[in-house]
Amino acid sequence: MIETIIFYVFAVTTVVSACAVVTVRNPVHAALFLVLTFFTSAVIWMTLEAEFLAISLVLVYVGAVMVLFIFVVMMLDINVARMREGFVRHLPLGLAVAVIMLGIMLSVVTSDVFFMDVGSEPVARAADYSNTKALGGVLYTDYVFAFEIAAVILLVAIIAAISLTLRKRGKTKYQSPAAQISVRKADRLRIVKMPSSEE
Amino acid sequence: MIGESWIPEFLMPIWEWLHEYVQYTIFSGVKALIILLPLFIVVAYYTYAERKVIGYMQVRKGPNRVGPKGLLQPFADMFKLMFKEIIIPTNSNRYLFIIAPIITFAPAMAAWAVIPFTDTLVFADINAGLLYILAMTSVGVYGVIIAGWASNSKYALLGAMRSAAQIVAYEIAMGFALVGVLMVGGSLNLGEIVAKQSGGIGHWFFIPLLPLFFVYLISGVAETNRAPFDVAEGESEIVAGFHVEYSGMTFAVFFLAEYANMILIAMLCSLLFFGGWLSPVPELAGDSIGWLFGKTAFFMLLLLWFRATFPRYRYDQIMRLGWKVLLPVTIFWLAVEGVAVYFKIGPWFG
Repeated sequence: MIETIIFYVFAVTTVVSACAVVTVRNPVHAALFLVLTFFTSAVIWMTLEAEFLAISLVLVYVGAVMVLFIFVVMMLDINVARMREGFVRHLPLGLAVAVIMLGIMLSVVTSDVFFMDVGSEPVARAADYSNTKALGGVLYTDYVFAFEIAAVILLVAIIAAISLTLRKRGKTKYQSPAAQISVRKADRLRIVKMPSSEE
Repeated sequence: MIGESWIPEFLMPIWEWLHEYVQYTIFSGVKALIILLPLFIVVAYYTYAERKVIGYMQVRKGPNRVGPKGLLQPFADMFKLMFKEIIIPTNSNRYLFIIAPIITFAPAMAAWAVIPFTDTLVFADINAGLLYILAMTSVGVYGVIIAGWASNSKYALLGAMRSAAQIVAYEIAMGFALVGVLMVGGSLNLGEIVAKQSGGIGHWFFIPLLPLFFVYLISGVAETNRAPFDVAEGESEIVAGFHVEYSGMTFAVFFLAEYANMILIAMLCSLLFFGGWLSPVPELAGDSIGWLFGKTAFFMLLLLWFRATFPRYRYDQIMRLGWKVLLPVTIFWLAVEGVAVYFKIGPWFG
């Protein structure tokens, strides 16, 4: 009973905040609603006994990815009125994308894979069952190659992102910490003897 | 910890009439209060200790007017903040401005749910306790960012930006340091990690994980925005940073969250690396909660000591330290640990 209440409270919050992400005008508010959506989804995953995934969703998406996202959105000077101008012009393309996505989702959800008679019903585990351990076990034995490939792809993406930002700009000033540390008094300071100006 | 036997006789009929879930909620609420009320008092006296300790380190006396030896100073401060007006700046974002301190405060309190005080005294004994704490402490940064943005002030926004970059950078080093603890402890449950260190001071994790302990302590100081990493509120540059526009209770809530986080970092240091409630020499003295509090108090003192000793880091130096020093050190030490785990070296990796 209590699980049902928790589910409905957080499911409604998820749906409402997900709608708010695309309807609110202020982009910072939209990003914050996205954070709320992630957070409530994590709670729903928690009720599904997927503790590890729920906590990593909060840790990775809420705690790191969205922080950077908001960081960028806050720095942008977005003119809301200008953004709304192209609404009618972009409407056909947007609608087409929406219809295609809806079709794909419906085809997945209504396919046989998600019906109970295909697989057995998931059993509820005892409180001392650690699905973190179970997930680790499966990830590093059965799916180790897929896991490694994903890691390599991520590494390539990291290197690509860094190399994109590495461009030479003439006016940028750099600091060399090694040079800063090795500076001695004699390099910077010159003591000059001056005759006193007293009469 | 507490049971039905604590309920007075005349209340029993009412208690039994209540629904099971209501009973559970009341029990959890009372347990949470048992943890949080002492925490608030410790926070209050931690601020007093901070001013006294730093005062003596700078050859001053510190607060000594309110009550004997100034012992009532925290309450004077608290009442002052309670009765001050909450000023909401013009053109600021009203709701977010009020919500921001709450968003900082709630995760700072929620993280305490999984902290074990002894092997039996723990509010929520969950399997993924370490991950939960990491997740909760990483949510706290939103309060800072939202406060900076909603204040409609340049200084506040600058402080929020600095804080966001700093927290994201140091969270990674902190996370990797905790991966090291996980490798030795073999569990994400804090109680089990402490239990793995039993057998005297030689079995504590700070010996095989010394570099990771330093990384954890340094990133803990950076995560809580404390000196020498307090660029988010660097008062000589950007007035008070992200909470420059906050007054009265809203400021007090930020303050409370910051100090609760500092105590949390100190407690985690003693739990993860210094054996928590375990006695250093079990033959002479038994394990008790006193050891945990003693160790925590030492790390809390260390945090104040840092503030009195080190000058503030420059922003680019902070980024350099986080990404180019701490992170490589942790990754190198994880490799070393991997070898140690494989060959089962010492009493720790057995």
